[in-house]
Amino acid sequence: MSLATHLPALQVVLPLVSAPLAVLLRHGGVAFAVVTAGAWAAFATAIGLWLEVGQLEHGAFISYHIGNWAPPWGIEYRVDRLTSLVLLLVSGMAALVLTASRASVEREIPRESHYLFYAMFGLCLAGLLGITITADAFNVFVFLEISSLSSYVLIALGRDRRALAAAYRYLIMGSIGATFIVIGIGFLYLMTGTLNMADMAARIGAIESSRPVLAALAFLTVGISLKLALFPLHQWLPNAYTYAPSVVTAFLAATATKVSVYVLIRFYFSVFGESLVFDKLPLPQIMLWLSLFAMFAASFTAIFQDNLKRLFAYSSVGQMGYITLGLSFDSVNGLAASIVHLFNHGIAKGAVFLLIGGLVLGIAKPGSAPPTPSFDRLAGLAKRMPLTCLGIVIAGLSLIGVPGTAGFISKWYLILAALESGQPWLVGAVLLSSLLAIAYVWRFVEVAYLRSPAPGHEARMEAPLSLLIPAWLLVAGTIWFGLDTSLSLGSALEAAGALVRSGR
Amino acid sequence: MTPETILAVALVLPIAGALGIALAGKVPNLREGVTLSTAVLLFACVVQLLDPVMLGGRPELVLLEPLPGLPIAFRVEPLGLLFALVASGLWIVNSVYSIGYMRGNGEGHQTRFYVCFALSLASAIAIAFAANLLTLFLFYEVLTLITYPLVTHSGTDQARRGGRTYLAVLMGTSVLLLLPAVLFVWFVAGTTDFQSGGILPADMDRGAVMILLALFLFGTAKAALMPFHRWLPAAMVAPTPVSALLHAVAVVKAGVFTVVKVVVYVFGLDTLAGATDWLIGIAGFTIVAASVVALNADNLKRRLAYSTVSQLSYVVLAAALLAPLSLIGAALHIAAHALGKITLFFAAGAIYTAAHKTQVSQLDGIGQRMPWTMTAFAIGALSMIGLPPAVGFVSKWYIVSGAVAEAQWFALTVILLSTLLNAGYFLPIIYRAFLRPLSVEAAAHPHGEAPLPMVAALTVTAAGTLALFFFPDVPLALARQMTALP
Repeated sequence: MSLATHLPALQVVLPLVSAPLAVLLRHGGVAFAVVTAGAWAAFATAIGLWLEVGQLEHGAFISYHIGNWAPPWGIEYRVDRLTSLVLLLVSGMAALVLTASRASVEREIPRESHYLFYAMFGLCLAGLLGITITADAFNVFVFLEISSLSSYVLIALGRDRRALAAAYRYLIMGSIGATFIVIGIGFLYLMTGTLNMADMAARIGAIESSRPVLAALAFLTVGISLKLALFPLHQWLPNAYTYAPSVVTAFLAATATKVSVYVLIRFYFSVFGESLVFDKLPLPQIMLWLSLFAMFAASFTAIFQDNLKRLFAYSSVGQMGYITLGLSFDSVNGLAASIVHLFNHGIAKGAVFLLIGGLVLGIAKPGSAPPTPSFDRLAGLAKRMPLTCLGIVIAGLSLIGVPGTAGFISKWYLILAALESGQPWLVGAVLLSSLLAIAYVWRFVEVAYLRSPAPGHEARMEAPLSLLIPAWLLVAGTIWFGLDTSLSLGSALEAAGALVRSGR
Repeated sequence: MTPETILAVALVLPIAGALGIALAGKVPNLREGVTLSTAVLLFACVVQLLDPVMLGGRPELVLLEPLPGLPIAFRVEPLGLLFALVASGLWIVNSVYSIGYMRGNGEGHQTRFYVCFALSLASAIAIAFAANLLTLFLFYEVLTLITYPLVTHSGTDQARRGGRTYLAVLMGTSVLLLLPAVLFVWFVAGTTDFQSGGILPADMDRGAVMILLALFLFGTAKAALMPFHRWLPAAMVAPTPVSALLHAVAVVKAGVFTVVKVVVYVFGLDTLAGATDWLIGIAGFTIVAASVVALNADNLKRRLAYSTVSQLSYVVLAAALLAPLSLIGAALHIAAHALGKITLFFAAGAIYTAAHKTQVSQLDGIGQRMPWTMTAFAIGALSMIGLPPAVGFVSKWYIVSGAVAEAQWFALTVILLSTLLNAGYFLPIIYRAFLRPLSVEAAAHPHGEAPLPMVAALTVTAAGTLALFFFPDVPLALARQMTALP
């Protein structure tokens, strides 16, 4: 057997191995090199899988049996179009963020815990990739815990003491979420006698109206919604994003909530089936209204934040609203909008938070802990850090959904789905909420570009190139995926077509 | 070169120019050289497209397809070519003027200024040549964003407020109204390509047509139809060259251009028959109301801005009349108003640079000291009022002919009334400048004409205003081709 046949296993194993290696080597720089190499290897694997899936016929998937135990008894890894897209996003973001991380970590995390930081990062990445690739419900839970526990640690490593409280809060909320998820999976196991998700789907049809199955659906929905920060279960997110080290925020914002959405899509469309989720229960209505609340309330709150990281954290909650809104339509275009926005928003937010990490480096005084990026510290910063600020603005345009950026593509499909669903007033709602995005992005523009810097702070102080280059690759991505959408939109449409039809 | 290649070059040239300007930022003379040569080359390119289009050619270029069935594509047709000719031609003159103005007033951030200017022109050209609504919308938004740094150029609190209004009105309307209109068209027609005769189904519901038209008209706030005109006076905080080329030519003309384009190539005159009465009403109201505001404005640039609001609605009104003759008038007026208004703004900027005056009431006797400037101003004013021998007369003539042909007496009354109002707010300025004696305060501060590049620029555009009256052949031929008249 050649290496290529084991790509699905390598996808998780490579970053997983990098973590203990980093601990054994006990050296910050070496740990950085090992974990970054692991992430790039994972990215390469994801590209390999992407190419492999591309050769399959429409709707087909790669199935990999761990230890050669045939499913449904053994654990199966399964890669279809959607899986492959999310794997690309997660591993690509990890590779870029890790590459950019050195300068920022140097300043924001005590030197003696660098190797532990990178080990945790590797574990978190392995967990997220595992959740995405596995086709076994209990395995989903296991990887979810791996990624969650490591992300609590990553957040707690922030220099600000409030990071501890934020991480603790996330720990509590996240554990409740995980408990709900495991209860849901337990119910499903009781009722179907299997843990393989495809097998579950086949057996669930006969008993889909039974109480335990409905309870499982409810538990899973609430549990996963907590992890993806669906309004009003988002309370853990703003503080966690604000006080975590910059690179952690960049990575988690781009991937963690997105993977949770992926899990939700998997359970809804591949396990429970649309007829149960969307026809028999008022779930679409609930999700529609919660999404609308997220789009408006969270975006509105974002406008009034004084801390730039917090502002964009609330923006994340609002943007998750678009993703769940698309989901609630239960149509090909709606699901495609969700999937493509999951991808587009991941890239844009990754870029924004990475560049904010650069801003923090720029405004830090030598020797002292990096300050919070509050607006009064950012006045006139565009003169000192023109590339960093311009990058944030361009990624911000994508959050708004200006045509020519990736965000526009998601919005276009979201609106089309709203029109198709016969609810034209939703078109107005989506567009109105994007005006809120203009308001919060422009707060940054006005402060950074139109206020004059404090005296004595005029010297040019651009973020280091090691951070700027990966961040600008992401910024370029937000433009690229707004113009050439064959990868993002193409696979989103294909995946949505396969999922929505399979449930009918 | 094939017309397709020229089209590609015309689209890329200003972007390359912007890059060159940024690279030459440290050497002002070289930087301005890049601006000027880019402008000249761009104009040459656009002129090269004239012959093929006159012969019926429609050079096309398809770039990418971000949404299935909705490519970013360009296609040169007569109206777009006219707009591109005006914008690129006046960019040359305006660049000469900018050099005089920016140096004469010692403005900061000049590299950013010229880079944004070149990129604004790039988006204006892309709007002119857009082959479908998506492409047009894309560059319409880009134009808003790239002109924002120009509006807020000075960085003062007033500039920030002006910039807010500018962005809020232009982005707000385009996102809330124009984008749904584009989507609506795509949803109904399955395409957004511009085609003669329109793309909407002929049997479309009357009410739906009216709603869609309203979405387009109010969504295109760059056309400054009331009540979405506030951004234009707000944008006057920008340096005068910006007001002159962008807020008298490129940006506002992109607005009325979009309106005419949508009326002719998306709806088609037949589909719209009978659905535009309300539009005539609103355009008429805007013409008169803006003129009344202009009458009472003492700040010269503000008066010019409201005059622009009023004149833009001439184009909207002409399009709403749906008569082939008035459509020719609409197209001509895009060119005519551009030349006249840029002259007026040039003059206002020259007065500010030489005499540091911004109010109409300060202009007593200034004609003696700045005869060239004020003569050019008078010619521009004649064109605004619509008197011969200025080109404004020609376009107005066609609009009036169309109104008479369609027996639209309301529109006719509006045009006549506004002519009186135009005279009412322009003639006093000329009277003050030439016939009133210098005030005591002004007599104590002697000054002459503005720097030579500025005077040269406004002389050229004033001459152009006269020349187009005698030789309107090229714009007229293009306008006739658009309406498919012989």
